Amino acid sequence: MTRSLIRMLLVMLLACAGMAHAQAIEPMPFADHAQELRFQHLTQQLRCPMCQNETLADSNAPIARDLRNQIFQMMQHGSSDDEIKQYLVARYSNFVLYDPPLTAGTWLLWFGPLLILLSGGAAVLLAIRKRSQRGTVATEASTDNALIDSTPTDNGDDW
Amino acid sequence: MNRLLPFFGFMLLVLLFGFGIWWNTQHDQNAIPSPLLDKPAPAFNLPKLYEPTQTVSKADLLGQPYLLNVFASWCVECGVEHPVLEAEGPSLGVQLVGYNYKDAPADAKRWLAEHGNPYNLLIADEPGHTAIDFGVYGAPESFLIDAKGMIRYKHIGPLTPDVVARELKPAIAAMAREAQP
Repeated sequence: MTRSLIRMLLVMLLACAGMAHAQAIEPMPFADHAQELRFQHLTQQLRCPMCQNETLADSNAPIARDLRNQIFQMMQHGSSDDEIKQYLVARYSNFVLYDPPLTAGTWLLWFGPLLILLSGGAAVLLAIRKRSQRGTVATEASTDNALIDSTPTDNGDDW
Repeated sequence: MNRLLPFFGFMLLVLLFGFGIWWNTQHDQNAIPSPLLDKPAPAFNLPKLYEPTQTVSKADLLGQPYLLNVFASWCVECGVEHPVLEAEGPSLGVQLVGYNYKDAPADAKRWLAEHGNPYNLLIADEPGHTAIDFGVYGAPESFLIDAKGMIRYKHIGPLTPDVVARELKPAIAAMAREAQP
């Protein structure tokens, strides 16, 4: 009895999930399967301007629906992916691209991590060199004054 | 000196954190800067809301500056903006053009009858195709367009008295200064 009830509930849940999915992505009359794949691939690379953390493929916002229709129409007229991206960038700026192009405004975004890595590496290198220099001086000193101080290499200043 | 280094590092992070908070209070994180600023407004040809048989094109509106205000009856924030347009509209010194966006004409007319009509001219874009050319992605949005048809200023979200005083009026004044040789 309970088992069949659970089974029924599960079936209902699955049906709901299917409906929610169908709502987000309405069917479009694609010319062939390749075009449909191309459409899905392209809309997944583009960001919805309205709900800004969703792709155009996923978003249910009215503007995302309009833009999907627009992209579909442009595909029917033979526009390439680059032309469609250009069209959207001209109207909604680079914001719509999930992969930002390298421009004067984005070089810090592209090379910032590398700069941080390099400066961190340089700092570590300097610290090591300083410590090893002091270390050799200290070991020479410690051989002379072994009885006075056996561990002069670390004065507690380093961190 | 070496003992103070961690403290300076910490202070640097605090400053960065403070700057982030300050920056976010000054800027709307959801507003996308329009690539159309200081470029010619896209060409359009849209029916009037009250006389759908007549259309208005960009060329018809050349010669005098206007504020194109995108609104819709389904848009909640437009209700917030509306009293500001009614109060400030007549003193702006530019024509107020209402751009009814993705709205059933009957709903738009009912909404205007209820809230009042501050617009000098009303055009309707029910399918929303022209709005894509303007880079509109929601309502309300406002475009200040000069006599030559160039977009001089754009505001995303409701115009508040503060935004009108701090941004819109100076933009109109700058435009007027330029128009006088």
